[in-house]
Amino acid sequence: MELLDFARGPALMWAISIFVVGVLWRLTGVLFLRKKADLSDPRNRSSWKGLRLIFLRSWPRKEFVGATAFTEVLGYVFHIGFLVALFFYLPHVLFFTDIFNGVLGLNFKQVFGFAWPTMPGGLIFFFGAVSVAALIAVLIHRLISPVKRLISNFDDYFSWFVTFAPLVTGLLAYSHIGAPYQTLLALHILSVELLMIWFPFGKLMHAFTIFASRGSEGMQFERKGATL
Amino acid sequence: MNESNSLLDHLRSRGITRRSFLQYCASLAALMGLPHTSVPAMAAALGGTKRPSVIWLPFQECTGCTESLTRSGSPTLESLIFDLVSLDYQETIMAAAGSAAEAAREAAMKENFGKYLLLVDGSIPLDRDGAYSCIGGHSNLDILRESAKGAAAVIAVGSCASFGGIPKANPNPTGAVPVSDIVKDKPVVNVPGCPPIPAVITGVLAHYLTFGSLPELDPRGRPKAFYGETIHDRCYRRPFYDQGKFAKTFDDEGARNGWCLYELGCKGPITYNACATVKWNGATSFPIQSGHGCLGCSEPDFWDKGSFYKPLATGTWGNAKTLGAAAAAGVALGVASAMLARKRQDKIVKGE
Repeated sequence: MELLDFARGPALMWAISIFVVGVLWRLTGVLFLRKKADLSDPRNRSSWKGLRLIFLRSWPRKEFVGATAFTEVLGYVFHIGFLVALFFYLPHVLFFTDIFNGVLGLNFKQVFGFAWPTMPGGLIFFFGAVSVAALIAVLIHRLISPVKRLISNFDDYFSWFVTFAPLVTGLLAYSHIGAPYQTLLALHILSVELLMIWFPFGKLMHAFTIFASRGSEGMQFERKGATL
Repeated sequence: MNESNSLLDHLRSRGITRRSFLQYCASLAALMGLPHTSVPAMAAALGGTKRPSVIWLPFQECTGCTESLTRSGSPTLESLIFDLVSLDYQETIMAAAGSAAEAAREAAMKENFGKYLLLVDGSIPLDRDGAYSCIGGHSNLDILRESAKGAAAVIAVGSCASFGGIPKANPNPTGAVPVSDIVKDKPVVNVPGCPPIPAVITGVLAHYLTFGSLPELDPRGRPKAFYGETIHDRCYRRPFYDQGKFAKTFDDEGARNGWCLYELGCKGPITYNACATVKWNGATSFPIQSGHGCLGCSEPDFWDKGSFYKPLATGTWGNAKTLGAAAAAGVALGVASAMLARKRQDKIVKGE
């Protein structure tokens, strides 16, 4: 079996299975935790307004902008670049829709009434490259900032690596640089599989929890009458 | 043809002008990535060469490789060049049959020991002591070993000889292997394809006749000049791939506009071959130009790489049942973890 066949075959199946087990394990584990009893009277009749926190926390308060703007902006640049490359590059879309079709037995277009949109390869390359540059910048920042370096652990560096590797191998595969395309494609798929395997067990899990966490915290604040 | 005649003499007798011959050499040089300064040397070497003995062994194959070569046009320069090697054994096109044919092979091997070229198409079955494919009472394995002893080089023609091909496809009922698994002490050139492009076969032969050596090979033993780039790299539909324009079905507007066939399962991005540049049938067309994606037939195990019509981007991710089982396991683990945490909380509250 060749490396690409391994990557597209058994490795992919195991990586997806571990990803699904891990993500659902963590999400269900949190959902079924006992909630702390809140014995005080609610200050507001409804807590729903607290969901505003999801958006309010998406940008630092003006008192902190000076200190955190660099990381915030680069964070946005990275995430936008990464998500565009992930969800709008045709081969990726074909991968997702194949699983969608396989699980539901229905065509994506039949369900939603429109085809999953894609973007030209050159544009995707641009977004991917910008994303890589942002990741390098935040790593350098993490290494030269004494406070950040102090609070960083293996999870931070490894999560950075497993995010960085698929982007770089993807760009190399797109431009056919460094090795035959088959090898680059295999390395790209394997790096994504490493990402999927690590995803549920490290800080990358924030992708599934960040908004729910902010929302539930906002609702608690609202109940307690705190200013958001 | 008189054995002492040079190739050029014979070409003249067949009505081929020197100008046509030089044009052929120039196109061959371009095809193989050689500098234009090598054209005169190539013409001189090819023109003056005597017919080298070539023995062509057919094993587990469909004769498609031979058909590809012999039906490359009528007549083309490639076929004439091939006509001008001394093809001492080729079951499909030789007049002799049975023991006379085998005697011709043995005589050629004896006369040209150490100098003849051995061409092989088809894979070699190893199971049941090679009984799945025999010629004249001898297994393919024995014939290959015996014939390779006196060969200057071995050229594996087609995907079956190069990588095992369809006979080796899962479950490989005959234990088929490629030539390179058997011949270890001679240079082996793989010319894969199902079938390979005729010009590629003749190009390898011409290189050998011109320079007295085999062309530079890639890690899979294929001549770099022909297998150095992927179909995708040189495909005329590549700009549509870059622009994100794809045919979704074989008869939609995208297909009619000649857009990229990636979504329809084209394996061009992982297939190294010269189809997109050399093309077929006298450079008339190639599969993608005809509206069908590349099958990847010149790559190892192409038959076992999943559906020809599933995009390369999709993989064997399992099935709904596998994912359902994984999801159920994840939920069960999560609930169990939460229950454990609750128990621990209870213990702490009770002060145990």
